[in-house]
Amino acid sequence: MLKVSNIQTYYGNIQALKDVSLEIKEGEIVTLIGANGAGKTTTLMSICGITPPRSGEISLDGDTITGMSAERIVQKGIVQVPEGRRIFPDMTVLENLEMGAFLRKNKQLVQQDMNYVMTLFPILEKRKNQLGGTLSGGEQQMLAISRALMARPRVLLLDEPSLGLAPLIIKQIFDILKQINKENNTTIFLVEQNANQALKLADRGYVMENGCITLVDDADNLLENDAVRKAYLGL
Amino acid sequence: MDYFLELFLGGLTRGSIYALIALGYTMVYGIIQLINFAHGEIYMIGAFVGLIVAGICTIYGFSGISVLILAAIAAIIWASAYGYTLEKIAYRPLRGAPRLSPLISAIGMSIFLQNYVLLAQTSDFLPFPNLIPDFEFMEPVAYFIGSPELVILVTTFVTMILLTLLIKKTKVGKAMRATQQDMSMARLVGINVDRIISLTFVIGSALAAIGGVLVASYIGQVNFYIGFLAGVKAFTAAVLGGIGSIPGAVLGGLVLGWTESFAAGYVSSDYEDVFAFGLLVLILILRPAGILGKARKQKV
Repeated sequence: MLKVSNIQTYYGNIQALKDVSLEIKEGEIVTLIGANGAGKTTTLMSICGITPPRSGEISLDGDTITGMSAERIVQKGIVQVPEGRRIFPDMTVLENLEMGAFLRKNKQLVQQDMNYVMTLFPILEKRKNQLGGTLSGGEQQMLAISRALMARPRVLLLDEPSLGLAPLIIKQIFDILKQINKENNTTIFLVEQNANQALKLADRGYVMENGCITLVDDADNLLENDAVRKAYLGL
Repeated sequence: MDYFLELFLGGLTRGSIYALIALGYTMVYGIIQLINFAHGEIYMIGAFVGLIVAGICTIYGFSGISVLILAAIAAIIWASAYGYTLEKIAYRPLRGAPRLSPLISAIGMSIFLQNYVLLAQTSDFLPFPNLIPDFEFMEPVAYFIGSPELVILVTTFVTMILLTLLIKKTKVGKAMRATQQDMSMARLVGINVDRIISLTFVIGSALAAIGGVLVASYIGQVNFYIGFLAGVKAFTAAVLGGIGSIPGAVLGGLVLGWTESFAAGYVSSDYEDVFAFGLLVLILILRPAGILGKARKQKV
């Protein structure tokens, strides 16, 4: 469904992605793991059109989306939950959710999705008139995921949703991701440093080092892989 | 007490104009962290367009308040077009450049627009017709507040209320706030950030144009240089209130207006600027971010 072929992305003269290719099939959960600075976030930002690749191609269902504006890409159904949650701090929870549905016109469907995310994360219902910046880290992550869901994504990209959260909250969030994937057949592409959790959730995984994809396999196999166990699982 | 009230209302009138212009500075700063030094020139251009349209309207036999309204509408449209173009040619190409570059571009545009009007018009002060008639119902309170002051106060307050509603309640207003709070996240939810920035310039310019026409009609003359002093004063108001904060710009404008009015009334009008800028220095020492400004959190 989402196909990235040989992209090269630069920040000025510094090359961040070298010939990165990956493919995600409809309904799959795929994870991308790697150390700090490997290029995971840049991969997501390239897909979303924020840091467009200098060469290579990104396509959704066979249609090229490379070079499209970030706005068009969201419209196509690729929606990102960025690293660090990036909640609009001085807007209420409800307003943050409305912003997630910014490009959608059908108010009834938007309201329906608003109710859906509130059943996924009942805490948001309680906090709906509170400013985003006053929420706890876990609540902000839930809001960030909900905001992305408000766009009705076909592919949901998540950048380190477990960052800085307590293990219990991480488990809750990962369970919900599984649920979203099952209930709506939403394709999920998950970037994580928390390799263990991510590989347990995912169907397949990519390993990234220094801007290159170095390994691709089923998540179960990666969990057993000696190199991965040593480098990313600390075993 | 009567004298105090007179100064209070005079300061309120003056301050509400400062606030109207300061909003343009603060909204632009809030979104792209740029001090748009050419904003005062947009105000001046608004006043000139008002003058030209008022002349044309008078020729065609319009009179009184209808001329003011037509002149203001024309000034709003014209100044908005200038604001939009200004952003497009002078600032947008420098997006992503170091912050100093658009700032210098802004100063350049300010000088350019001043000289452009100087060449197209004249360096002399041109008389501006008094477009605000004396209302009869103002007769009993005319000692404290005249009709022009009343029109200025009502116009600025209605404009500010409309602006607040736009920003708080409408979808596009929410998108403006989202862009101000986190521009790249705004992109990720599908907001066309460039369009929001253009819109911010258009709104700011429209407010400045309203101010330009009102003040020109109140004072009775225009000149290519009037944008400079108005710009400096409004910028001071924006910084005083906390640049980037919309309520801050309004409060800063009013505080500045009152300071000048009371200083002129109780001390000497020669010293009103001393008090105004002295207050600015004082506030910046005590609250560097301005009265309502928030110190920017540095992301680590």
